[in-house]
Amino acid sequence: MGMIFSLVAVIVLVAIAFMGAKQNLLGLFGVAIPYLAVLVFIAGFIRKVIKWGQSPVPFHIPTTCGQQKSLPWIKHSSLDNPSTTLGVVGRMALEVLLFRSLFRNLKTDMSDGRAVYGSNKWLWLGSIAFHVTFVVVFIRHLRFFMEPVPTWVNAIDAADGFLQVGVPHLLITGVVLLAAATYLLLRRIFNAQVKYISLPADYFPLFLIIGIAVSGILMRYFIKVDIIKVKELTMGLATFHTTVPDGIGVIFFVHLFLISVFFAYFPFSKLMHLGGVFLSPTRNLANNSRAVRHVNPWNPKVKLHTYEEYEDEFREVMKSEGIPVEKES
Amino acid sequence: MYNGGKIIAGLIIFIALVTFPFYTNMGKTIEKPADLAAAPDELHIGDLPIGQMRAEHMMLLDKWRDEVVRGGQRYITYDGDEYEKSIQNGCLACHSKQEFCGKCHNFAGVNPYCWNCHYSEEEGLL
Ligand code: HEC
Ligand code: HEC
Ligand code: HEC
Repeated sequence: MGMIFSLVAVIVLVAIAFMGAKQNLLGLFGVAIPYLAVLVFIAGFIRKVIKWGQSPVPFHIPTTCGQQKSLPWIKHSSLDNPSTTLGVVGRMALEVLLFRSLFRNLKTDMSDGRAVYGSNKWLWLGSIAFHVTFVVVFIRHLRFFMEPVPTWVNAIDAADGFLQVGVPHLLITGVVLLAAATYLLLRRIFNAQVKYISLPADYFPLFLIIGIAVSGILMRYFIKVDIIKVKELTMGLATFHTTVPDGIGVIFFVHLFLISVFFAYFPFSKLMHLGGVFLSPTRNLANNSRAVRHVNPWNPKVKLHTYEEYEDEFREVMKSEGIPVEKES
Repeated sequence: MYNGGKIIAGLIIFIALVTFPFYTNMGKTIEKPADLAAAPDELHIGDLPIGQMRAEHMMLLDKWRDEVVRGGQRYITYDGDEYEKSIQNGCLACHSKQEFCGKCHNFAGVNPYCWNCHYSEEEGLL
């Protein structure tokens, strides 16, 4: 159900952009909606992160997978169970750049009535392929937002197209991005356990990203658009001197609208894991709970009565009863 | 806010990255590389309307390449004259590499690797 709903939602979005461009609502689809989407993205992102920042972390959460720092002769696993900020940075970097926790993904099977566990790296592979190519595709698009185009952007484009197949040259990341997103979708559909827990909020971003990738690939290789006019439009957006040249081609507006929806939807969705990963307490807290006292921020102030004060109060009585005291007066 | 300093710092870095195109282009005026002088529905060499050349000239080159290298048909007649189906001897017979192809490609951030073989700087300006 969730899947059909999400698919229909993306198809409706494509239809909206298609009809809008056909109706020549180019100012709306080429300028107003993209600006609005970027605004919603930035404001929504900030709001969400601030809100997360305001939630207290009542406990130190050492959900870790390795040996805590302990006695010197017990081997400490300093990246899985870091005890210092540096270790936390290391763990976070491995998580963000290499998706270490997905690398630990396991497959469970029953064998002779016993559960057996095996390594299962497909999710990790699909996921890292997806994210890395997404970043490269994102960076490559800077050629539409910078004038002159910096050499490093051109260098990335050249490296991406090093196969030198076809005209315009085939860009590997585009193909891998689409393939990986498709894998992540098929996994949700054909893996019964994953399907069971999948919601529209899981399918919709996947369909949206697949839609973005498909429209981009179509536009680059098959339904050509005038790239020069596209860049006039995008540079207009970047310099706040907006223009909408006519004759760009409908497919461009479909692509741009899907991207706009993606950005506007971002802060309200699971896509916020972009910021959230840095704020997840199980990843960003050092496991130093035996060395440093972690005070629950909402603890009420407790009135203390220490032993010294107790003894001061009752010293005479204690002495007269023969109870040992630490200080004589 | 808890750990406010670090979170705000992270946010500022993120926003700075995201809005990068806006402040690096602040106040720039963008010059279009080319304006078409000819009528867009006039036929360009290769039987394409000139208006479509911008988007499809690389497909034409690809087609020419196949026709020459695989089919051995090196020449095309256009407007009564014979032209070579080639970048350096065909397109550049009418267009200038730097002023025409180059300007436009620089603007769009395309760098056709074809030039590696099809035009060497030593040959002089075509
Ligand atoms: C009006 C602008 C413009 C002019 C003039 C122009 N090009 Fe292009 N060219 C482009 C754009 C834009 C692309 C990239 C298209 C894309 O990415 O879909 C391109 C791509 C190409 C490609 C494919 C490159 C690749 O690696 O993908 C070739 C080859 C090419 N042009 C050759 C030429 C030649 C030769 C000339 C001069 C005779 C020329 N172009 C003039 C805009 C232009
Ligand atoms: C017979 C001469 C001739 C040849 C050969 C020729 N062109 Fe053209 N081309 C023209 C003319 C004339 C125009 C119209 C230019 C204008 O009006 O600014 C044009 C326009 C173009 C445009 C559109 C420019 C724009 O600003 O929209 C492109 C791109 C282009 N040619 C690429 C090529 C390529 C690539 C080749 C080789 C495959 C080629 N031309 C071969 C004469 C030629
Ligand atoms: C590795 C070097 C190399 C690269 C890169 C290259 N070509 Fe060629 N090309 C050749 C050779 C060699 C021939 C055959 C020349 C002949 O038979 O006259 C050729 C022939 C052609 C021809 C037939 C006419 C002619 O020029 O002799 C066309 C058209 C052509 N190439 C287009 C392209 C385009 C477009 C690109 C870029 C997308 C490209 N080539 C990239 C080496 C290259």
